[in-house]
Amino acid sequence: MGREQSQMSYTVEQLVAVNPYNPDILPDLQNYVNEQFEPERMNTQIVARILIKALMAMPAPDFSLCLFLIPERVQMDEQFKTLIVLSHYLETAKFRQFWDEAAKNRHILEVVPGFEQAIQEYAVHVLSLTYQKVPRSVVAEAINIEGVSLDKFIEQHGWIVEGKGELVTLPRNEFNNPELRRTSSANSIPLDRITRIYPLLDLSSALHILFGEYLVDIVKAH
Amino acid sequence: MAAGGYEYEEGVQSSSMEGYDPSYVPDPVKSFVVHLYRHIREKNVYEIHQMYETSFHTLSDRLFKGTPWPSVEAVAQYVDNDHVVLHGVVNMQLPNQWLWDMVDEFVYQYQSFCQYRAKMKTKTEQEIALLRQHDQAWNVYGVLNFLQALMEKSSIIQILEKEKEGVEQFTATDGYDYSGGSNVLKVLGYFSMVGLLRVHCLLGDYQTGLKCLLPIDISQQGVYTSVIGSHITTIYHYGFANLMLRRYVEAIHEFNKILLYIYKTKQYHQKSPQYEQILKKNEQMYALLTICLSLCPQVKLVDETVNSQLREKYGEKMSRMQRYDDESFALYDELFSYACPKFITPSAPSYEEPLVNYNQDAYRLQLKLFLYEVKQQQQLSAVRTFLKVYSTISLEKLASYMEVDVATLRTILMAYKHKTHSVVADGKTVSNADIDFYIDNDLIHVVESKTPKQYGDYFLRQIVKLEAVIGDMDRVKLE
Repeated sequence: MGREQSQMSYTVEQLVAVNPYNPDILPDLQNYVNEQFEPERMNTQIVARILIKALMAMPAPDFSLCLFLIPERVQMDEQFKTLIVLSHYLETAKFRQFWDEAAKNRHILEVVPGFEQAIQEYAVHVLSLTYQKVPRSVVAEAINIEGVSLDKFIEQHGWIVEGKGELVTLPRNEFNNPELRRTSSANSIPLDRITRIYPLLDLSSALHILFGEYLVDIVKAH
Repeated sequence: MAAGGYEYEEGVQSSSMEGYDPSYVPDPVKSFVVHLYRHIREKNVYEIHQMYETSFHTLSDRLFKGTPWPSVEAVAQYVDNDHVVLHGVVNMQLPNQWLWDMVDEFVYQYQSFCQYRAKMKTKTEQEIALLRQHDQAWNVYGVLNFLQALMEKSSIIQILEKEKEGVEQFTATDGYDYSGGSNVLKVLGYFSMVGLLRVHCLLGDYQTGLKCLLPIDISQQGVYTSVIGSHITTIYHYGFANLMLRRYVEAIHEFNKILLYIYKTKQYHQKSPQYEQILKKNEQMYALLTICLSLCPQVKLVDETVNSQLREKYGEKMSRMQRYDDESFALYDELFSYACPKFITPSAPSYEEPLVNYNQDAYRLQLKLFLYEVKQQQQLSAVRTFLKVYSTISLEKLASYMEVDVATLRTILMAYKHKTHSVVADGKTVSNADIDFYIDNDLIHVVESKTPKQYGDYFLRQIVKLEAVIGDMDRVKLE
């Protein structure tokens, strides 16, 4: 029992360092450190809370980072197993299964406020990476909202809806609109390198005929 | 990497201190330090204390009445492991190799002790009693705090910042101090950052490890490259941490660089006591690179030389790994187990009967989680294969080829997107995808990733070369 406790104390402290996006993890740590009675039970609760917060940080890999630090034996706890299953569904974008399982485990998840919204944000993130235009039903399944509430959600996010509201246009980004992708810096050459060939530009013209547009691109970039 | 014995490098320039030559190490001192080192490695704690208590003071009186012994104190410190008492003015200059070896050895000792401590089954009653008595020995916080303290006392982070502003010199002088001070504390503090990266990786805390390395810019040469051992240790752990964080492109990039460097320079280290270690880490990094490329097939990122070495060593295994059947998981297991760090469990053992060996626990956990991740990426490989062959394809068609329904396919495609786009330190999303796509309602549009190949550079070089050749030919004609 002593060993498990000291492993937990190390784990919790490191977990605090793990979660840069959620500074409000620190109150958890303080509570934990100050806790005097029933330490074993408290450990599980605190760690469960941190795991839930890590889930909420998705797409960041915080949840995996936490698992790396929690000894295998401890991961056998029922609560943690549930959270691991939930993480698996989110990692593999199985949103329908996720929301089903989450509904069955509301008592575990409701200890952290804002859980649903955070997961919905993650779902929107993944949808935005994938789709330019996405069927409304797919959105509904991903964020677990339907009907009028879904209409409101779509409106709040400023998404355009086509036709009879069946197709949703998501905001453009470099991942769902490749033309928005920034030119790779590898293709731009510093000016001082170009000046090396100025005296050779007659030769270059000859090469231009051979190699065509590549050279034009180089010169164009400057 | 355990040093064979300490090497005293000839090339260290002495600073201009009147009368006092910091690069001169008297023979009795040399012998003292060598013995001290050996005792530390052999864990002869009693002898160490004897040496520290008697010989040290005798030598001090005889040879160093006016000047302190920072280097030996640093060595003695990590034996006591109680507090870091680094006295004020330290004006000795020591070779970087030696200073690196100190930090490296320190971490190695910690690692070995954890491994030793975790093997409870074969312990005698005496050993167990000793462990119980000194249960704070090699406490993880002690180790981390010690390295942290070295960093802070040396103010190395501020020095590196000031160097960027041009106000300090550190990297330019390879860490050596030519303005009358000593390099010892600064360089120890610097190497401690690498030490921290390593310890955190051993504990499975990859994020924190990478954070500790942040002050060092690994895209450039630096003091970390001044010693081959430090260079390799840094990149090996940096690459491994990025692999575990799913930042495959970053890992591939760094492994490629160092493997090319080792290929070109290993001949110069053939006589060195570190040679075997260099070769071992080289092989391990090829295995890690194989893993990265199997999960993220961006072969364009790999240099030709490195790629041909890779094909030779792991070409066949890599193609089997990408099949994602049972055999492929066995191969991922094999390569990971071969190449991973020697993970440790930081906590003290349980003394309850029956005694167990738990030295493998940490490794088993990391392996399990790694294979779990590989499993989650299983279907991505199939997606890749199909996307390579089409510029557009309907969801329905692809679903039928992959023998799943459209709903499942949508899930798989979203998972592909999630797994190939990682979140970096500042929260931004970065694509690791070699082949990418977007979906417009029910049509998939395939997007080839922009190749990082430097066409522009290549043509510039060729133009200049051609001009030189033509010039030569002209000269021949005239003659």
